[in-house]
Amino acid sequence: MAAELKDDQDLAPQVVTEAPVIELDGLSVKFGGRPILQSLRGQLRGRSIGLLGPNGAGKTTLIHTLLGFHAPSAGTARIFGQDITADTKEIRSIIGYMPERDAFIGKMSCVHFVRLMAELSGLPTDAALERAHEALFYVGLGEARYRKVDTYSLGMKQLAKLAQALVHGPKLIFLDEPTNGLDPPARARMIRLIREIRDSGQARILISSHLLRDVEECCEEILILKDGRIATYCNLEEERRLNRKFLMLETRGDQAAFTKAIGELGCEYAVTGDSRVKLVLHEGIEVRDLYRVAAEQKLQIRRLNFKRDSLEDIFLKAMENGHGGL
Amino acid sequence: MAVYEHTYKQYAGPLTPEWSRFLIIPRHAFRDVFKSKLFTAFFVLCFTPVLAEAIFIYLHHNTQALGILQVRINNLIPIDASFFEFWTHFQAAFAGLVTVLVGPPLVARDLTNNGLPLYLCRPFSRAEYVFGKMCVVLILLSAITWVPGLLMFFFQAYLEGFNWLGSNIWIASAIFLSSLLWILTLALLSQTVSAWVKWRLAASAALIGLYFIPAAFAEIVNAMFLTRWGHILSIGGVRYNLTQGLFGTFVRDAGRVTWEDSSEIILREPALWCSWLALFLLCAICLALLSRKVKAYEIVR
Repeated sequence: MAAELKDDQDLAPQVVTEAPVIELDGLSVKFGGRPILQSLRGQLRGRSIGLLGPNGAGKTTLIHTLLGFHAPSAGTARIFGQDITADTKEIRSIIGYMPERDAFIGKMSCVHFVRLMAELSGLPTDAALERAHEALFYVGLGEARYRKVDTYSLGMKQLAKLAQALVHGPKLIFLDEPTNGLDPPARARMIRLIREIRDSGQARILISSHLLRDVEECCEEILILKDGRIATYCNLEEERRLNRKFLMLETRGDQAAFTKAIGELGCEYAVTGDSRVKLVLHEGIEVRDLYRVAAEQKLQIRRLNFKRDSLEDIFLKAMENGHGGL
Repeated sequence: MAVYEHTYKQYAGPLTPEWSRFLIIPRHAFRDVFKSKLFTAFFVLCFTPVLAEAIFIYLHHNTQALGILQVRINNLIPIDASFFEFWTHFQAAFAGLVTVLVGPPLVARDLTNNGLPLYLCRPFSRAEYVFGKMCVVLILLSAITWVPGLLMFFFQAYLEGFNWLGSNIWIASAIFLSSLLWILTLALLSQTVSAWVKWRLAASAALIGLYFIPAAFAEIVNAMFLTRWGHILSIGGVRYNLTQGLFGTFVRDAGRVTWEDSSEIILREPALWCSWLALFLLCAICLALLSRKVKAYEIVR
């Protein structure tokens, strides 16, 4: 849906003009003959993209395939124009990855661990050490950086994982369930960091999460997977803007005459209760026309709300619609 | 991403050459290895045979010292291929012990803590990872096997003269190759065990077991079937034969068994190519096992 929207409609110029971050070109992945990802196609362009889907939808497999951990069974994908199968090393050098599960190197202090990760990404020893300190201060582990990672709390381990994903200054960061197991203050901190990175414009972010609220707070675009297929890909702000055409009215008076009149006006409507009407405004019809019709029908409009789809609405719609595709 | 700025910034500085990045693993691993004073002491102890070898070579060329010790030069064993082969076997035993101490946690620790995705999501391949881990063992073992072996060889050459060096240079290659074969086998074996047995003590026990159990089985086979072909089943036996082959001291006829009716059975060691084949098979199995385990994620089918 979104790809068509992008072509046809009024998206923010930045979104339209920038080169795609990730291009999915019929990407399919099978494990032991079982399809996990099926012919994914599309171009992801946002500064921060939320990857949503129910358990087993293929979110983590998609991230792993983009990282080159799994070979595609058909099709391919490109990251910043580079093919994931042919240019794996080049791609990995510009990506930072924060895995979902606990992941660290045992018996190492956090600064040592992050420095090792920086060196493996190609930074010289001195620069790696300097950036390891900086990254740990940035994520808020500055004071605890000489402690062994094994001794960290879950929240601290999440931050350490984020630090190792950022330390080499990647252009694209994959965050797999970044707020898993965090208490509210730690979650808020993680969200703030992600938004800061996004707003810095220095790196694009792909976040896989079950928590719709987190994605809603951090992401501009969302890709919803269902059964290994793309169910929805849309720009959240654009989707909300489109939904400004949906109205919810609460009325007092002769509703039948009013609904008949707005139907003749060209609005689609549904009566949802004794006094409630849900309607869609079509091109050329303004809200003041509704008030005019209501006055003619001697009906009071007691309340008028633009209905904004929450991410949850979009997600549930995608789950109901099945395979939407791009 | 300066500390004082608290902002995210990309890195725009120079990068290290890709080919050299596998060396990052041993550099960081050595910090951990030498944190243990016990291991450091043991590692130093590994050099005592080298010291003894150096003293022996020195005495061989110092008549004054021999006079003081009242030893006649004819009573000393000659410094030839057999002499260097003896020390190679000696150091090989130390190499085995060092491997048992250092090898087991190397891959196991990363697997236990899910560290592999962190290595492999970077421009760092599985082969580089395995080679980097092997280098931890290889560098340590090199320091106690072929490096001092060659130093002793050149020390002897220095004291003996250029003619001796010219006619015995092949011994240097034998020292190097036999040690290299052994330490490569140990490194590969230890990484394989480390990848499959995550508990350190069990992995160390498995390494020891892999050396001694087949050796015991080989001796049982030899005794039961009156043969020496059992040696092909033993890592130590294969190593011994190959080392002898490289030093030119290998003989297939290992002994004779005489029956009461005076008939004889000649006990023959397996041909050298069989030992090479056994070593090749062992390494191939290790690599296959490693490639199954060293992955960013295991796919559950």
